Amino acid sequence: MLQAVIGLALLAGGRRLGRGAFAIGGASALAVLGWALWHRAGIVAGEPVTEHTGWVPQLGLALDLRIDAFSLLMVLLVAGIGALIHAYASRYFGATTPGLHRLAGLLVLFTAAMVGVVTTSNLLALYLAWELTSVTSYLLVGWNDRDARARAAALQAILITGAGGLAMLGGFVLIGSAAGTFDLTAILASPPTGARVEAGLVLVLLGAFTKSAQWPFSSWLPGAMVAPTPVSAFLHSATMVKAGVYLVARFSPAFAEQGLWRPLVLGVGLISMIGGGWRALRQYDLKRILAFGTISQLGFMMVLFGAGSPEATTAGVLLLFAHALFKASLFMVVGVVDHQTNTRDIRALGGYGPGWWWPRAAAVASGASMAGIPLFFGFIAKESAYESWVHSPIGGGGLVLVGIVAGSVLTFAYTGRLLLGAFRPGAAYEGIVAIEPLDPTEVAPVTEAPAPTWTLWAPAAVLAGLTVLLGVVPDLASKLVYGAAESLDPAVEGGHLAIWHGVNEALVLSAVTIALGLAMVAGGRVVGRIGRVVHVPFDGGAVYLGALRALNRTADRVTSVLQNGSLPVYAGVILLTATVLPGAVLLGADVPTGLAIDSSPGEWAIAALILAAGTAAATVRRRMAAVLCLGGVGYAMGLYFVLQGAPDLALTQFTIETLAAVLFVLVLRRLPTRFRERPTPRGRAVRLVISLLVGMFVFAFALIASGARTAPSLSGYFTDNALPEGGGANVVNVILVDFRGFDTMGEATVLVVAALGVVSLARLARPRSAAAGGVDGVDGIDGIDGIDGAGGADGLEPAHGEDAS
Amino acid sequence: MKRSLVLDVMVRVVFHTALVLAVYLLFAGHNQPGGGFIGGLVAAAAFALRYVSGGVDGVRAAVRVRPWTLLGVGLVLATFTALASVVLGGALLESGKATLHLGPLGSPKVTSALPFDTGVFLIVVGMALMLFEAFGEALQGRRAS
Repeated sequence: MLQAVIGLALLAGGRRLGRGAFAIGGASALAVLGWALWHRAGIVAGEPVTEHTGWVPQLGLALDLRIDAFSLLMVLLVAGIGALIHAYASRYFGATTPGLHRLAGLLVLFTAAMVGVVTTSNLLALYLAWELTSVTSYLLVGWNDRDARARAAALQAILITGAGGLAMLGGFVLIGSAAGTFDLTAILASPPTGARVEAGLVLVLLGAFTKSAQWPFSSWLPGAMVAPTPVSAFLHSATMVKAGVYLVARFSPAFAEQGLWRPLVLGVGLISMIGGGWRALRQYDLKRILAFGTISQLGFMMVLFGAGSPEATTAGVLLLFAHALFKASLFMVVGVVDHQTNTRDIRALGGYGPGWWWPRAAAVASGASMAGIPLFFGFIAKESAYESWVHSPIGGGGLVLVGIVAGSVLTFAYTGRLLLGAFRPGAAYEGIVAIEPLDPTEVAPVTEAPAPTWTLWAPAAVLAGLTVLLGVVPDLASKLVYGAAESLDPAVEGGHLAIWHGVNEALVLSAVTIALGLAMVAGGRVVGRIGRVVHVPFDGGAVYLGALRALNRTADRVTSVLQNGSLPVYAGVILLTATVLPGAVLLGADVPTGLAIDSSPGEWAIAALILAAGTAAATVRRRMAAVLCLGGVGYAMGLYFVLQGAPDLALTQFTIETLAAVLFVLVLRRLPTRFRERPTPRGRAVRLVISLLVGMFVFAFALIASGARTAPSLSGYFTDNALPEGGGANVVNVILVDFRGFDTMGEATVLVVAALGVVSLARLARPRSAAAGGVDGVDGIDGIDGIDGAGGADGLEPAHGEDAS
Repeated sequence: MKRSLVLDVMVRVVFHTALVLAVYLLFAGHNQPGGGFIGGLVAAAAFALRYVSGGVDGVRAAVRVRPWTLLGVGLVLATFTALASVVLGGALLESGKATLHLGPLGSPKVTSALPFDTGVFLIVVGMALMLFEAFGEALQGRRAS
């Protein structure tokens, strides 16, 4: 199933169909929806659909699909809302808007990734799907790539969620290694314990908090509201931000008792719930009100799921369900308003023409559900949430209860702000709305908004209708909700959802919530005045910007130190590192004794030649002469190979030297004929010391290595097996293409990459050096060629040397 | 660029000989001194001769194919040879030793090392040609002194 969705996703991604792309995307979402509905009965009854495909077994990575009732609920939400979003988006955008196929393709890809998150039962696969949702979210937020704000918001979103995702991966690895498996079902069935697991859990929570925009990582979500409204409705309210909640819901029943899990989840959830609600009261942009509301509601869900008790889990499932319905619907209505009036500022809105009844009704129904008014689905959820905490055995339950009541009051208040702000007939609504008066030159007040077509508001109305239907006849969802809760926590007992439970604490609390909420809406002016004074103390946005700036500064500084552009310094550092690190080890090694010098006169001659050429290369003042002397060293080495009976090596050495000389000439043409700048005495001393060190190290290394052999030489194996296994009599060649064929592959690839790099750099430098005409641009080329010429020779050559010896 | 007649004639004679030598080295490499790498270097040296006598245009006239095409073809050839044995289930990637299954396939004289070596050959030649492309164009009268 997943594969099918991904296939469709790529298909849609590649098409250029304009609005038609949404039809394809919607169809794929419908297909998933249909599949899920088809298998509904069995899954809810407790028979999860499973499928196993190995991927990278060495890493414990497998594509295990396991769809139990909770996954089913998520899939239904993702696919169902996804289908509606596609329908909505096809009306929301004008037919000529560019880049729609991209949007549609990304939406489908996102749907696939999200379905992957909620259906996989392998932690690593879950991480992959999780990151995929982050990436698609990034692309969707930044969809309008000409808008700098959109790009910045997209970057912020992916940096925060990506960092959290990495932390989560670390947590997964810790937990998985402690449990000995990465299979989620197995881990949850017998949860591992220990300090490692506790640390892992905190890391996992970091991932969940960033993804679900919990305090203090919430700053990216309001920013992400620059995305097109269909995207916000889908990703940033109904689905993606629920991934974190999903994870907490999965882990809580098994891990709630361990380490910091419960206090952390409850604390962060409560802060987010109240802080988000409070900040929502200070927004003017409809979408930002909703965004802060989403943070608040996600915090609510965190609190419910984080408790890990059966009743709270059930309430959490209910809330998650209800929230997806009403929030997506509200977003879509906001999109309709935006579409028709071109503004989302509540200070400007209020005047509507005829034909707004349906969108308004949908918004009011969804809002009422969000506020928790009876006969709407949200009420059922809130009621069961109160119920679960009233009787909670968890320590501090009373405090949490107060917290969620306070959060719900705020929810009621910002719902009022939203609905009144958007739909209050007549002039702009004063009071709770206007903390700062609107600047009429900035946004003109809307007096008579044209009515939207029914296709635009229909998707919102469908969701609102579901909210009402489930609010009036909640029993319809009983099976699904209880099944989902049971699949999370087997301790959940089945039951029936109902509106009326008799007069109990929860009902009283609901009444209190509504009363206080009404008071806040009515006393808007007072609330507004308080809101001007009381700020949420800690804003993640500032931290994010600060961290980003510090990172850039550090990177600048590190780069300027490490990449200072001086070839001598680079070479010095590389040589020193290569000498000192292994050299330190060599100091303690035994020096073999009794080595006799039994060299032939020819070898002595060659050694003298090499010495002479090397000294000359280091002292001559002309570049060309230095290159030729270097070549002399190389040829002398080649002679040595001939004497030792290694024709392959000698041949290679000779051709390399020849070619290198020609290539050097190519570059030297551009440089002054003499070395111009003389090193200072100090610089000269440093160079001398480095060269001496390198020389001594190589000598000592060769000496000690020759005496330190503990295993039999490989050469015997190679010579014995070259013909029978490699099918060749030339041992060196067989080594290159067979025994060490993989090395050769790698080296060949490096060669290709280096060649591409050299050419592109040379081309890049051409206009610049032509303009400047200075040594500066040419120096860069020299550096590259130096690395490259040497790399080409040395990269393959040592392989010969060591294997043939 | 002033051209030298003697050099031109010499290069004309030597160039093709060197190329033949390079190809010989490539094919003989498996049993006698030689191989793709050495063959490639010899061929590159031959092109270097062309360059010395005729500049970049001389090299371009000698090879119609663009250098990056050579590089690409070489890499693809080498990679596919390496992968083919894995696909055929022949070789294990263990300890980097037997990446290529080299048993005599088909005609006993031809081993699968040959296409691999040819790939290496092409890469080396392509590399040299790339460098001529990159740095070889005539300096437009701005020789630094």
